[in-house]
Amino acid sequence: MLDSYIPIFIIITISALFAIVNVKLSSLLGPSRPSKEKLSTYESGVEPVGTAHDRFSVKFYMVAVLFILFDIEIVFLYPWAVSFLNLDHIKMMYSFYSVIVFIVILLVGYIYVIKKGALKWD
Amino acid sequence: MSDSLVNLIIILSKIAVVQGVLLTAVAYSVYAERRVSAFIQNRIGPNRVGPAGLLQPIVDAVKLLLKEDIVPANANKFIHSLAPSISIIVSLSTFAVIPFGDTITIGDKVIKLQIADVNIGILYFLAMTSLGVYGVTLSGWSSNNKYSLLGGLRSSAQMISYELSMGLAVLAIILMNGSLELDTIVNSQAGWKWNIILQPVGFIIFLVSAFAETNRTPFDLPEAEQELVGGYHTEYSSMKFALFFLAEYANVIVSSAMITTLYLGGWQFPYLQDFGLPPMLVSILQIFTFTAKVTFLVLFFIWVRWTVPRFRYDQLMNLGWKVMLPLGIANLVVTAIVILFMKS
Repeated sequence: MLDSYIPIFIIITISALFAIVNVKLSSLLGPSRPSKEKLSTYESGVEPVGTAHDRFSVKFYMVAVLFILFDIEIVFLYPWAVSFLNLDHIKMMYSFYSVIVFIVILLVGYIYVIKKGALKWD
Repeated sequence: MSDSLVNLIIILSKIAVVQGVLLTAVAYSVYAERRVSAFIQNRIGPNRVGPAGLLQPIVDAVKLLLKEDIVPANANKFIHSLAPSISIIVSLSTFAVIPFGDTITIGDKVIKLQIADVNIGILYFLAMTSLGVYGVTLSGWSSNNKYSLLGGLRSSAQMISYELSMGLAVLAIILMNGSLELDTIVNSQAGWKWNIILQPVGFIIFLVSAFAETNRTPFDLPEAEQELVGGYHTEYSSMKFALFFLAEYANVIVSSAMITTLYLGGWQFPYLQDFGLPPMLVSILQIFTFTAKVTFLVLFFIWVRWTVPRFRYDQLMNLGWKVMLPLGIANLVVTAIVILFMKS
């Protein structure tokens, strides 16, 4: 069973080697003439103001949280989708109605999020 | 020779061939992008190095290797070089589960034309594309640059938003096949039963999501040059920059391969089995069919980039959350209802 994953491990190893070699190679082959100005943060040629590790808009955080919520909802639908075709008729109807209830609950949350303006960008 | 050794050699040679072809294709899709954009804008494009500029990608790679590798003094050194590695590892290894042909018989060995025949191919693809977010976000954060940070944030928000609708579009396909195996999905599309005909809405959702996931125009806000300089790779130079570039084009190719597999019949050439050709030729024709479909889609990606202007950020988020997501759910429910009626 796990045999089929061996190629995936090999391919990830090869890709990792490719990445490491390329990252190392450029610092070995290229010139290295660092200066204070060259290593300073690029800010369109002006003296950098403050730091970039500052507070940023909370909207990005909202999107991340909502993504986790909805993605988990979708992940719950995957087992249903895989087994749906193989069920007999009565179980199929039953699973269908269950999923509809599940999606309706999801939609209530979705409408609440929209009404609250969590996804409003301005 | 023992059987497991033969199998290992087969696996390694498949990986070598596919990775080689993929990297060459990535290099030449950069070339294709430059030539096509030049054609669309009525310019000439690169034509000096080699016949019609065909050696340009090799020269570019050498040039980038010989450039100075600059790591800003304020950057987090380790994460700064980790981020491009994550991007390229993810985009190169996603291709592992995509079937690029049926089987090929060499001697008495029947070889599957797919690197890893796992039974959760779709989940592997979705998982790997999700990991791609890390490369972008970490590069934006570790550079300690405001443009990079904004680019990285925008990009991660955009990628996770469109991942939802992508997952929903794929769900409808799984519903029709009852399997997460890509091989089963391709086999079910024999003849003209392509999923693009059975799932037109799902196809459009997946296509648009693929554009957003690969950060291509009209969704290239992470690298909106006019406001963010280079976006998340502003502070990158030399081969690290090239790795981001390679990863972007590898993502385009992998997405095209995935669209082909899920919606355009994969390696299926309609009614090829009925022509009575020798099996070897059939296998080779299937690989060619797959390559032709992927090439068409890659050219489509390039064509769209030079035709459609960029979205505004609120439009992008509205499209993802208020159009694509409900549309995906509606598509899923309608698919389920149709299956229910067909079965009873």
